[in-house]
Amino acid sequence: MAFTPPKETNTGKVYSVTMGNGEKAVTVGGENVLPFHGFEGVVPNRPVIAFDVLDIAPVDWPDTVREVYAGVSDDPVKWAKYCVEKLNAKAVALRLASTHPDNGNRSAAEAAETVKKVLDAISVPLIILGSNHAEKDADVLVRAAEVAKGRNCVIGKAQEANYKTVAAAAMAHDHLLIAMSELDINLSKQLNIMITQLGFNKEKVIIDPMCSALGYGLEYTYTVMERIRLAALTQNDATMQQPILGDVGMYVWKIKEVSASEDILPAWGAMKERGIGWEAQTAAALLMAGAGLLIMRHPDAAAAVDAFITELM
Amino acid sequence: MLIIGEKLSIIAKRVREAMMKRDKGPIQEIAKAQFEKGAGMIDANIGPAEGMEDLMEWMVTTIQEAVPAPVCLDTTNYEALEKGLKVHNNEWGRPLINSTSNDPERFPILELTAKYNCDVIALTVGKGGLPADAEERAAIAAEMMGRATEYGIPMEHIYLDPLVLQAATTQDQALKVVEAIKMFQDLNDPPMKTVVGLSNVSNGCPKHIRHILNEHFLTLLIYEGLSAAIADPAEIITTVKTVDILMNKTLYAHSYLEM
Repeated sequence: MAFTPPKETNTGKVYSVTMGNGEKAVTVGGENVLPFHGFEGVVPNRPVIAFDVLDIAPVDWPDTVREVYAGVSDDPVKWAKYCVEKLNAKAVALRLASTHPDNGNRSAAEAAETVKKVLDAISVPLIILGSNHAEKDADVLVRAAEVAKGRNCVIGKAQEANYKTVAAAAMAHDHLLIAMSELDINLSKQLNIMITQLGFNKEKVIIDPMCSALGYGLEYTYTVMERIRLAALTQNDATMQQPILGDVGMYVWKIKEVSASEDILPAWGAMKERGIGWEAQTAAALLMAGAGLLIMRHPDAAAAVDAFITELM
Repeated sequence: MLIIGEKLSIIAKRVREAMMKRDKGPIQEIAKAQFEKGAGMIDANIGPAEGMEDLMEWMVTTIQEAVPAPVCLDTTNYEALEKGLKVHNNEWGRPLINSTSNDPERFPILELTAKYNCDVIALTVGKGGLPADAEERAAIAAEMMGRATEYGIPMEHIYLDPLVLQAATTQDQALKVVEAIKMFQDLNDPPMKTVVGLSNVSNGCPKHIRHILNEHFLTLLIYEGLSAAIADPAEIITTVKTVDILMNKTLYAHSYLEM
């Protein structure tokens, strides 16, 4: 008798979420199996890599990744276009970092102006992120959602302290929403429940359980993501069936392992390769845990991860 | 665990009057309320229904016009059952007959079960009176399973019912029912499905303590693997959701009771 490998089938399924519109729209999620287990069910969509773009020149990025954007990083419009046209980005994440009270404190109106210009310049889906200052983000993201109306953007991040305002803005202007909690699966579920209780469509949410870099608590992110996926698939938990975001780049490109040169630490190997490898490795781990959307910085790391996805699909 | 809403019973005055007048309003209102509270199936108890063979047909249609759920057809009347089964919409699941037993008078129910490919509750009592303990219940269950096989009924279509008795009069039986739920599952692989008429445990008790007895008894039964309960969903839903949390079947969140 021929050997038939056992198959695990699940009762639950991840929602398909489409970002952007027109020809350049991309869809993530839709699978009814664990990551890349296409042999057990359906995995209709590839995970998507969005490129990180800041609204202010990144002074604190290590050279390895700053050099890549040297000619464009003074202007978010040029930067976003560069990602799409030269790096073939399928999506862009515009981080309104300069609105943070400690990093320029630009007004919500100025930020909205930037969002509008970037949207006019690109047709791929746009993820619009605040500066991760809950109070200021509530202000900034409301204006940003307004000017982005009609583009089916991803607005983020809604967190416990500001979710009512941010979700209301995303809902009013027909956008998707990132719901972020801090490495706690139960709070992640709770936030999703509270957001849907506001009337927000649960199938338009993306979960961010909070990222971390390899060597800096990646296993916490990994296990939370994995458990979210298991709840979605094996327990058919409708509050946990959203695609998951891995906001990788910002967590990787600030650790010492990506910026300590080989002159100081020869045993660690070439700094540039090390940094790129670090970002790629972190991202790959999170794909295995269930992330369907990644935000990354170095194009070589993104290319490596893209090739990895192709291998596994 | 499947909740089979018990509120549409001919014993309740409002329901009985609506049945007699063929007034859909109250029936659909009660069916909907139970569905919204978490019932996955609606019990329609029309009693023996002698001379009212069309009543089940009307009940099934009336209920399914209001809620997208299967119906548990609760009567001993063969003809009424068949009329109900004929009109049952199986889109949301198979109908469930309540019930057959080890009494030869109830064997024809198995014919209907096989003919309409539906599910059936098998009450573990025979002609000789109430079962004494879990072992006797399991022995009757095995006998009925054998008979069902002769009729061509798959084991997964059978819900074994240990017959819940009143705590107020036969206190020692509560634990025997719990044991029976555990034993029933071992009678087959995959495990047999089980069901109880929950509120029978508190029959004859003062109203204000009935729900307490029901809910705590249910906790013991779910722990042993109970598949379904005929009960008031509004009363037991908190218990069902909470036991699911404690048994790690649902992921905890502060608002789990609202989901």
